[in-house]
Order: sequence, then structure tokens, then C-alpha cells
Amino acid sequence: MMTEISLHVLDIVENSTKAGAKLVRIGVAVDHTADSLTVTVDDDGAGMDEAQVARVTDPFYTSRTTRKVGLGVPFFKYAAEITGGTFCITSQKGVGTKVEARFVLSSIDCIPLGDIGATIFTLVICHQDTDFVYTYGCRGAEGMKAFTLDTRELREILGGVPFDEPDVSAYIKDYLRENKEEVDGQGPI
Amino acid sequence: MKTLEELRAIRDRMQGQVGLRSEDDTHTRVVVGMATCGIASGARPVLTTLSDLVQQKHLTDKITVTQTGCIGLCQYEPIVEVMEPGKPKVTYIKMNAEKAAEILERHLIGGHPVEKYTLASANL
Repeated sequence: MMTEISLHVLDIVENSTKAGAKLVRIGVAVDHTADSLTVTVDDDGAGMDEAQVARVTDPFYTSRTTRKVGLGVPFFKYAAEITGGTFCITSQKGVGTKVEARFVLSSIDCIPLGDIGATIFTLVICHQDTDFVYTYGCRGAEGMKAFTLDTRELREILGGVPFDEPDVSAYIKDYLRENKEEVDGQGPI
Repeated sequence: MKTLEELRAIRDRMQGQVGLRSEDDTHTRVVVGMATCGIASGARPVLTTLSDLVQQKHLTDKITVTQTGCIGLCQYEPIVEVMEPGKPKVTYIKMNAEKAAEILERHLIGGHPVEKYTLASANL
């Protein structure tokens, strides 16, 4: 079991990169008025056919050959559904895959979001050939706030300077942390 | 809000300083297992510690920190593999951030594998 929602996000996006995705859209939307946290991962990887999609939430299905179990997707589904939330995976061969998980925030079984910044940072630094568009949003009594990190924008500004250059990676880390703090406003979730 | 302006300033400072990195035969590869098993047992802080330290110590031209899927030894995760050119692969098991920092100091910089954390020395 994962101890944070952000670890599930890391795990699920690893599937996207393994499926050869060039662009992965990751969304984390906290909605205090609807008591929900919704994670979406939308990639343009290899995609799956209907039969594969139907089996992917089965722990005894995996595309890998080292072992006969694959727990990433079933764990994520379970973590969302145990809170009273929902889980949905749709895919089209050759187009991509979309995963959406909705957690009920007030449920006692809802695991914390955790260090989502570390998850996004790890993905950006370790998959420099893949582009990520990460959006974090929070809706509270005062309205909706959000920010986006788009690696295509970073790449355009940086020219040939790699993301793991110390100054650049420190900037990315601070960008994720400071902007999340500002979006959260009335305190972290 | 932090803006992209700051990044432009960094780019202007960096340009010209950054040479093309080539992965030649003197490059050491450090690989962290990041499948479901690795992530669930704490691979994320291990990976960030290693990549942060390699950057801080300006070793990015000698050492590449990267990640892989399931290595097939889930019960020993988090696993870190060190592949130095011309030397046998060293597999470290049950890693955490502190042990990873020790490996960077003693093995990657010092040149001596930290035997007590290796798969080879584990009592299987």
C-alpha cells in the first residue's frame, strides 16, 4: 500500500512514460466545497485495447514479465474507492490513456496527498525526454486558485540548459513548493 | 506567485557555461528501482537525495542518476544499482535517504563500495 496519494501519482505516471508518452497531463484538483480531491493523468502513450483496459484493475494482470502480479492500478483504485470516491480508466490503442481518481477528503480512510511537489519534481528531472503539464488547483470558500507547470514552456526558455542543472532544478523545486503554498492559502490539505 | 522571469535570469547566467554532456565510457550510472514495489517502500526520497547530492557536488558530468522499473527483487526494495565502467555492478538493497548519502560519499566519490548494504553481503 502507498502512504500518500502523491506516491500513487508517481507510480501511475511511470506507466505513462513506460508506454512511450511524449506528453503527460497531470492534474490535482482539491475542492473543499465538494469535499473532494481529484487526480487525473492523461497521456499520449501507446494506449490499450478494450480487453487490456478491462483487465488492468485486476491485480493478477500485468504487462511485465518479471512477475505475475501488477499492483499499481489496483492499489490506486482501491485507495480512491475506499473513501467513497470513484476510479475510472479509459484508453484507446495508439491514442493514449486517461486515469481519473476522486477521493472524498473527509473520509477517515482518505490517505494524505503528501509531497506532490517531490513527485512532480522526480518525474520532470528523471524523464527529460517527456513533457509534463502539471496543474494544481484548490477551490475553497474564497474561490478557485490554480497554477501550472508546463515543461514545454521551461524547455523553450532554457534553450539547451538541462533540467538537472543545479540552479534550474532548485528553481523547479521552489516553483512547485511556493506556488502550491499560495494556492492552498487557508492551510495545506 | 513564482514566475518564469526568474528562470530567464538563470538561463542568461548559465548559457555558455553548460557544455554538452556525453555519456562516454567514463560515466557512472546509478539506477533506482521505481516500480510500484520501489515507490511503496520509499524509493522517492532515495532518488531525490541521490540526484540532489550529485547536482550539489557538481558531479553531473561523471555520474548519471536515473530510474528503472521493477528489478524483480521486490522484498529488498528500495534498490540502488551502481554501474561503474569496467567494474562489476554493485546492488544495494533496503535503501533510505541516509544510506544513499553514505553510498554517494564512500562509493561514488571515495571509490569503495559500502559492503554492509550490498545484496551480495545480505544473508539471503
